[in-house]
Amino acid sequence: MTTIISDPKTPCTDVDPFSRDVLEDPLPFQSELRAAGPVVYLNKYDVYAMGRYGEVQAALTDWQTFQSAAGVGLSNFRKEMPWRPPSLLLEADPPHHDAPRALLTKILGPREIRKLAESWTADAEELVDQVLSRGPEFDAVADLAAAFPLRVFPDAVGIPQAGRENLLPYGDHAFNAFGPPNELVAKGAARVPELSASIASQCAREVLTTDGFGAQIWAAADRGDITEAQAPLIVRSLLTAGVDTTVNGLAAVLYAFATNPGQWARLRDNPALSRTAFDEAVRFESPVQTFFRTTTRDIEVGGTLIPEGRKILMFLGSANRDPRRWDNPDTFDLNRDPSGHVGFGFGIHQCVGQHIARLEASTLLEVLARRIESIEICGPTRRHHNNTLRAWQSLPVRVKTSSTFTRK
Amino acid sequence: MFTEENFQSYASETKLVVTAKTHLADGVVSLNLAHPAGRRLPDWTPGSHIDVVLPSGINRQYSLCGDRWDAHNYRIAVLHERDGRGGSEFIHHGLTEGTTLAVGGPRNNFRLVPSEKYLFIAGGIGITPMLPMIQSAHMMGADWKLLYFGRSRRTMAFLDELAAYGDRVMIVPKDQAGPRSASDLIGPASVDTKVYVCGPQRLLAAVERHCADWQPGLLRLEHFAAKSHGAPIRDASFDVELARAGLTVTVQPEVSVLEAIQRAGVRMLTSCREGTCGTCEVTVLGGQPDHRDSILSDADRAAGNCMFPCVSRSCGDRLVLDV
Ligand code: FES
Repeated sequence: MTTIISDPKTPCTDVDPFSRDVLEDPLPFQSELRAAGPVVYLNKYDVYAMGRYGEVQAALTDWQTFQSAAGVGLSNFRKEMPWRPPSLLLEADPPHHDAPRALLTKILGPREIRKLAESWTADAEELVDQVLSRGPEFDAVADLAAAFPLRVFPDAVGIPQAGRENLLPYGDHAFNAFGPPNELVAKGAARVPELSASIASQCAREVLTTDGFGAQIWAAADRGDITEAQAPLIVRSLLTAGVDTTVNGLAAVLYAFATNPGQWARLRDNPALSRTAFDEAVRFESPVQTFFRTTTRDIEVGGTLIPEGRKILMFLGSANRDPRRWDNPDTFDLNRDPSGHVGFGFGIHQCVGQHIARLEASTLLEVLARRIESIEICGPTRRHHNNTLRAWQSLPVRVKTSSTFTRK
Repeated sequence: MFTEENFQSYASETKLVVTAKTHLADGVVSLNLAHPAGRRLPDWTPGSHIDVVLPSGINRQYSLCGDRWDAHNYRIAVLHERDGRGGSEFIHHGLTEGTTLAVGGPRNNFRLVPSEKYLFIAGGIGITPMLPMIQSAHMMGADWKLLYFGRSRRTMAFLDELAAYGDRVMIVPKDQAGPRSASDLIGPASVDTKVYVCGPQRLLAAVERHCADWQPGLLRLEHFAAKSHGAPIRDASFDVELARAGLTVTVQPEVSVLEAIQRAGVRMLTSCREGTCGTCEVTVLGGQPDHRDSILSDADRAAGNCMFPCVSRSCGDRLVLDV
């Protein structure tokens, strides 16, 4: 590949941020990236990268210059055919992005979803009871972080039971596919037709319950607020973006508490900290580590001229650990105000499901805080490698249940 | 480029400077507004309006009619309303370039929804929300037409900008075309055409009558006659009682409710700090919030039981929040 790097003074690196080593522990690479400069050139992929908070946050906000419509993965939709029809939210810019965004902002808004809180608390209590009844040791990923969203979210969307087992594999592949065509993508490729078909079939009007987010999306098509063709793709966005991310966000917060017992004690004293705790965990672990943008014009960032039409890898995880922005960024600290982290993105593409994710997390954490006195890691932990997500395969934990427990 | 100050972002209301005031047509001027420090302004969508607080305290709403790809400038156009209550008189004859105005929003109650075909109908200054809508429709490759009614070409703003669209635009000045009925020009219902109307009451009423038995969702209109907000925005300090914390803080005019709460040592999660994301929502237990967010619908605002302290304020001298 011939590189056309315009400015020889731009720092560059041969490291592959999608290599197994970096995926296993991205933090050392991210700190080198931030140290190297505001913009770094990644030789292996012929793209630019940003790892500091200031530049990442500013670029995410500037949708006019850093477009999403050419794809938020490495693949450039201006030149390459996407593996699936592009997302109307994530992979679209104004004006195409406006109506789908406005609709989901409304449907997934804090006031709209408040009515879910009660039944989700009951679900969380039931799940935690079940898990604890099997003994004090369990896998916090499989038994809580994955189990809880899979229990409440598909129902909230209103998809059928059949095919729910495909949600996680589909999401895992979708998030891998934002990266380069490496072995992680190859691993999922064989099942793409089957998984895509399964997910598509769950987005159809006929299969959705009448009271979920899916039905509300179709109702908007009936009102003419979106088109009939857009409705299933918007439902698909919920199913792609709403599961793996939350699972890993929950895993992140559980891991953070298991390794910071003092913080767990604080949460138990003040369960209202659960929302802050989740955002702090999203900052700390950044379940979505990276997204690409593509320049719509020549733009100078931090002394580097990035030409029009170039891909830039935004390191959300790195920005969220940038000491220029955060005091002691490598500490999980409930005393911190995590507001402003870019773990949900920023600007018009900021995660539209963030309130759902917070509600899921705070519901589960509040139940756990009442039931569990202490939580600790009790076996070897394992990461799950994904090109975009910072994920966990396994978190064996041992808990001590609260002796003074009474049900709310 | 990022600075810490930049991150602090927009407080309760953005103060913007009038960087240009241009005569567009008889009785119509446009204002260009920009941040005094040259910062990016909050994003908006076609159909959005901003609240402009004039020095007298009067609050007026104007549709944004500039280019949303230019994040640093807002453009509004203002009709001189001879029997108005002084807002447009001030903008036309009192306001000069360099003046600072408090601006709230943007908010959108008049969203452009996707369609293959659009018919835009504007009367007079009702052309303003149509300009960005037309730009969007054009970019999306939709088939669109504009009917633009006015008293005479001299009073009709933006004719030069619209000329670029050729015969998609039909200019209907009363003094040349004679009184033409909107009904005749609209024609029968077509299920694939969305009709957007903005202008004087008379025009809206005529179009509504014409489309009365059309399928719902096809006709979308905005009452341009600025809805009165009632009491002017309070410019004195007010108290906010934080019920759960058992604290009362006084909010000075130059700080947001959010800042006042945070300064009192009470934690509050925020994200956008410009009233667009909804993260900082709090329940209002008492008092009447002065909503300045871009999230709540008119019905929500009237209910007054929640607010976004990053931007919203108080109508009275006390608010009680569930914080
Ligand atoms: S912080 Fe986003 S609405 Fe207040």
